[in-house]
Amino acid sequence: MSLKASSREIDGVIVIDLDGRITLGDGSALLRDLIRENITKGHTKLLLNLAAISYLDSTGLGELVSGYRLVKSNGGELKLLSLNKKVSDLLQVTKLYAVFDIHNDESQAVASF
Amino acid sequence: METLLDSIALAEEVGVRVAAAAGFGEDDQYRIGLAVHEGVMNAFQYGNEQRREKKIHVIFELFHEKMVIRVADEGVGFRLEDVPDPRMDENVLAEAGRGVLLMKAFMDEFDVLIGRGGGAEVIMAKHYRTHGNSQST
Repeated sequence: MSLKASSREIDGVIVIDLDGRITLGDGSALLRDLIRENITKGHTKLLLNLAAISYLDSTGLGELVSGYRLVKSNGGELKLLSLNKKVSDLLQVTKLYAVFDIHNDESQAVASF
Repeated sequence: METLLDSIALAEEVGVRVAAAAGFGEDDQYRIGLAVHEGVMNAFQYGNEQRREKKIHVIFELFHEKMVIRVADEGVGFRLEDVPDPRMDENVLAEAGRGVLLMKAFMDEFDVLIGRGGGAEVIMAKHYRTHGNSQST
């Protein structure tokens, strides 16, 4: 299974629900395209819901960073929601945990924008 | 293995199954699988530059005290000391360069040598724990 995604809007924040694996190939490409599409539409408050992400590799981490940088360069914010232990450990090991604004509660995450 | 994107997942799956057969628990199976994934992905992207005529060589070895994994490509090789640390402030927002760090973090031993054909050979190992493993060699 690669990556599935759906989007919804809450109080001006686009919540992108991701399900599956963000790895080199279709998964990372889908994430990249989704973020770029939202930027093109003028959506600069993006919350990536990673609750259903089962696997992330270094390419997936790179796409998160790339998305973060793109959104920020467009005057917006990209935040992360509901990291499982594996994803959390990867962000800790790579020191990306200190870069992203990470939340466990969706309503609090939305309110933080 | 062929230098194909599918080879990454295949090698990872084999690595997980060998780790399971060797008696590693699920957490270590995941770490070993991810390390294999990163090693083969590097061989695919950087070593062999996605060139299908080149091969990726993956070897799993079970020793008395550890499982050893070798991933070799047919590229030009690289030196570990030339790989920037992605945790440094100037690199933390780089879009690439975390594969080696993940392999080092998830395995107990890690090194990069020049392979027989001049490409890179990643050698990494996971030690059996003192409890919960009933490895056979």
